[in-house]
Amino acid sequence: MESLMTWLEARLADNSIFTLQTLEYYGEGLTTTVQLVFLSLVIGLILAVPLAIGRGSKHRWISLPIFFYCYVFRGTPLLVQLYLIYYGVVFVEGIQETWLWVVLEKPFVPALIAFTLNTAAYTTEIFRGAIKSTARGEIEAARAYGMSQGLMLRRIVLPSAFRRALPAYGNEVIFMLHASAIASVVTIMDLTGAARFVYARYYAPFDAFLFVAAIYLCLTFAILYLFRYLEKRLLAHLKPASG
Amino acid sequence: MADTPIPLEVRNIKKRFGDTEVLKGLSLTAQKGDVITLIGASGSGKSTFLRCMNLLEQPDEGELVVHGEQILFKETSKGREPADWKQVVRMRAKLSMVFQGFNLWAHMTLLENVIEAPVHVLGKPKKEAIAHARELLERVGLSARADAYPAQMSGGQQQRGAIARALAMDPEVMLFDEPTSALDPELVGDVLKVMRDLAAEGRTMIVVTHEMAFARDVSSQVIYLHEGRVEEAGAPADVLENPRSERLKQFLAPKH
Repeated sequence: MESLMTWLEARLADNSIFTLQTLEYYGEGLTTTVQLVFLSLVIGLILAVPLAIGRGSKHRWISLPIFFYCYVFRGTPLLVQLYLIYYGVVFVEGIQETWLWVVLEKPFVPALIAFTLNTAAYTTEIFRGAIKSTARGEIEAARAYGMSQGLMLRRIVLPSAFRRALPAYGNEVIFMLHASAIASVVTIMDLTGAARFVYARYYAPFDAFLFVAAIYLCLTFAILYLFRYLEKRLLAHLKPASG
Repeated sequence: MADTPIPLEVRNIKKRFGDTEVLKGLSLTAQKGDVITLIGASGSGKSTFLRCMNLLEQPDEGELVVHGEQILFKETSKGREPADWKQVVRMRAKLSMVFQGFNLWAHMTLLENVIEAPVHVLGKPKKEAIAHARELLERVGLSARADAYPAQMSGGQQQRGAIARALAMDPEVMLFDEPTSALDPELVGDVLKVMRDLAAEGRTMIVVTHEMAFARDVSSQVIYLHEGRVEEAGAPADVLENPRSERLKQFLAPKH
């Protein structure tokens, strides 16, 4: 560790922009971005499963509100949703007196809420499509073999739908990573926030933003690799026999 | 009679789709070891009749008694429905079905397909289910394909796998819905051979089929349906060798 730092310091000695100080900004930005994206994806995913099931319900008072929620969150820009939640929350009567204010006052939680609601809406639609395209014959077989609705959902419909949804969901994850850049407009020091800070201080757009672009590329590569691995494992059943 | 309940009794089943009545009062009794074949032209209602037996289709009228247990129905605003879905689930577990389109669960390997319902519907211990499944796969000649996914198997293999899945339930009655109709001609033989073996060991089977040789050699009873009615029924020697009605004669006549 020690020697690495001296090596890095030596490398950075004749560079006025990428000092240890600015690299630390980028490092913190990376942590914030990863936290924000990871948390919103996980919570969004957990929300999306029941929503996708409800979206396909034949009871209109279940499916209609979910349709409306998805329509609104997919039909408006994420930035507008973020503004509404971040700036709007202040005007909620009495919120400043509650314990909630401690977390809502800072931008991280409002951004997390906006991102979560947004990705949950997209993920709901992805899963709904996958659930709808479950082969009729497989559902019929599940019924004929005495499965209850719940068991059929748990054992047949959802496992097969999740697998089919995987490629589309991989895109959604990449989309969320890149959409998270707008967190910087509500003063969050995420990756893009760090880049903006460095740019503002040194007036060096190419250094600041190309560097951050490279970090996003690396993250995207990691996500692609992860999903390729998952698809290889979980979608093996869709590949015809090799020989 | 009292000690062993009749596996399946169906009385006076009627079913309509919109304005057309497709089943006009059909009855059938499957005693233990019976092989009943339902034959008839397409549209005669034979598949619908079979699907009414495990309530994949809801009959509008009629009674079902599975292994001595009468299925209860109730009238609702949307028509007749089973009164107790738990009872339906229980009865379906006793009647396993083999479909025309195989309908194996695509995301599971063959072995997983075979143990799925025994483990999760019947609550059989997994180890026991796997041991039983391996025996069954051996019997249908698919031991080597236990870990293959349905998409990696030929139609004939999938259908034999589906038969193993049906056997794994230790069913009272096996329902076959045109099990060879979706297969390439050269694959039909393997599936029919498995079915002949099952009949020979005394399985109770109800088979919708176009395979007349199978109906002739294997069945204890042949039922010829025409437009939702039983046109002729009886021992295969009578029905298939000496058809009385003009329609059945035509149906059985070799086509060129």
